[in-house]
Amino acid sequence: MEPLLLVEDLAVEIGGRPILENINLEIKPGEVHVLFGPNGSGKSSLLGTIMGFPRYRVVRGKIYFRGEDITGLPVEERAARGIGLAFQRPPALRGVLLGQLLERFKGDGEKARLGARELNLEDFLDREVNIGFSGGETKRSEILQLWVQDPQLALLDEPESGVDVENLALIGRAINYLLERESPPWEGKPLRELRRTRSKGGLIITHTGHILNYVDADVGHVLFQGSIRCSGNPRELFSFIQKVGYSECIRCVNSREVGENG
Amino acid sequence: MAERAWLNLLPPEDRACLSRVGIDLEGERAGTYLQVDQNPLFFAGVEGLDILSLPQAREAYPWVDGYVGRLLPQARPLDPRTPGYFIRVGRGMKIDRPVQVSLIIGREGGRQEVHNVIILEEGASLNLIIGCTSGACVRRGIHLSSTETFVGRRARLHLTMIHHWGPEVEVYPQGATWVEEQGAYMYDYVCLSGARKLVTNPQVLLAGEGGIMRSQTVLVSPPGSSLDVGSQVYLRASGTRAEMVSRALTTGGEVVSRGLLAGEVSGVRGHLECHGLLLTPQGRVLAVPELEAKTSQVELSHEAAVGQVEEEAIEYLLARGFPRQEAVSIIVRGFLNVGRVDLPPALKEEIDRVIRLTAEAH
Repeated sequence: MEPLLLVEDLAVEIGGRPILENINLEIKPGEVHVLFGPNGSGKSSLLGTIMGFPRYRVVRGKIYFRGEDITGLPVEERAARGIGLAFQRPPALRGVLLGQLLERFKGDGEKARLGARELNLEDFLDREVNIGFSGGETKRSEILQLWVQDPQLALLDEPESGVDVENLALIGRAINYLLERESPPWEGKPLRELRRTRSKGGLIITHTGHILNYVDADVGHVLFQGSIRCSGNPRELFSFIQKVGYSECIRCVNSREVGENG
Repeated sequence: MAERAWLNLLPPEDRACLSRVGIDLEGERAGTYLQVDQNPLFFAGVEGLDILSLPQAREAYPWVDGYVGRLLPQARPLDPRTPGYFIRVGRGMKIDRPVQVSLIIGREGGRQEVHNVIILEEGASLNLIIGCTSGACVRRGIHLSSTETFVGRRARLHLTMIHHWGPEVEVYPQGATWVEEQGAYMYDYVCLSGARKLVTNPQVLLAGEGGIMRSQTVLVSPPGSSLDVGSQVYLRASGTRAEMVSRALTTGGEVVSRGLLAGEVSGVRGHLECHGLLLTPQGRVLAVPELEAKTSQVELSHEAAVGQVEEEAIEYLLARGFPRQEAVSIIVRGFLNVGRVDLPPALKEEIDRVIRLTAEAH
């Protein structure tokens, strides 16, 4: 099967400073990957590079999306091809109401309405995008926008940071809908059919790992000092990290060669 | 109605100018005042509402004289025949439909000078649209106005002022508004056309307890235009509140966006918001928010920002799949959207035009 996303030997700089080195990553249709790593390890930069923001300069390597080399494509072209990003800290859009923005997406208005209800954001449709939103509200609004945008590959930058326990379940469920892991109640597709037909992929940055309790991820990666140091079963990796910390985890996991993709 | 017949005498291109500043020539208004150059041409009214030219009002009601120059003594006209409008809403009268006023510079190089008085008596309410413009073929002219406004106890005035000027017109409106106990003064000002020079900085005196003032201003300054626009609000009685929001956008011209909140007694609150957006490397925006507290227990704040369209915001929308031009237009439209102002359709089209031009240039 052709990979949804294929990253080959990628090296990236920001303002002349190397930030990512020797990145190899393959996400197949229907797979969800999670990205662990300490602050400043380059997780957000990797997502930003895949999305195509110009401040991330690719100095080596290629990014393929559904077989097409997109390394040189601008952001809007990548979005048009089916890549979407839920921002960690999205900018405020003064005077732009969330509801108005959702209406501009090509999708149907019904989806926005149902999504807003599901994510408990109905009262936010008349609010200016990201102005006065709490951490959790921001994350829910990001997922809602992505849900309406409906990308084939969803890049989620710390969808759970700043979210309280109650809303975490809400966000987890919405991510599952987004990634065709669960069917929304109004569609009611059986899980078996969903498993067979799902084609969407996800790459989720998680700092706390909480999202793993809600989203059944397939592969985990540890990004450390700009490189993916090991990959494997996400829950296993995360429990290592919790026990021994990142640097120890990498050494230990690598020496034991644990994991499917490691 | 005689009103219609008269309006039909206006050249069609001038009628189009009027619709751009919110003047409705077809629909129903509670009253209309129009003045072309120095000629007040029309008045109409419903019960409880007086619309006259000021000289007529001074003749009809001797007490009117006591209001002329009360708030703006230095602007009291020397010539009692100086035209201008007089609008009064009687005690407790709620005028449902809007009243419209239009002051027009009708000929090239024309000079228009007016003195206006608006009085809302206790408990009265009025929605007033004032559209000032120069005629379709007029590039040059001068508009000088002084407006004294009295908002009585528990009265409510919503004033929407829309300007549309020829590129070389100079405009100097001055004004003062007196707001009594529990009175409410809403003031929206829109000028999208620019003007060679436009200077206005009216005062609002919140003189009675619990009086409120809210204003919203939207300015667009094209190349060759210079706008210096603000309001000065004096919170003189306890429980008074003021909230001012201004958005200034330059496509190459100059804008000075001012605002003064002065808390003169305890227990007053005010907030001032002033945002400027530069769409070209030319242009200039100066935001001048001022706060003054003359006693303790005064709660005044401001928020000001000037700059260009943030690349980060554009990228955010690009990542959502919007083409760059649409992303910029979403941001600029949002910037100009201050929410409450109910703009006439012709002005909405004007805003669309400005947004289209700016997005294309980006």
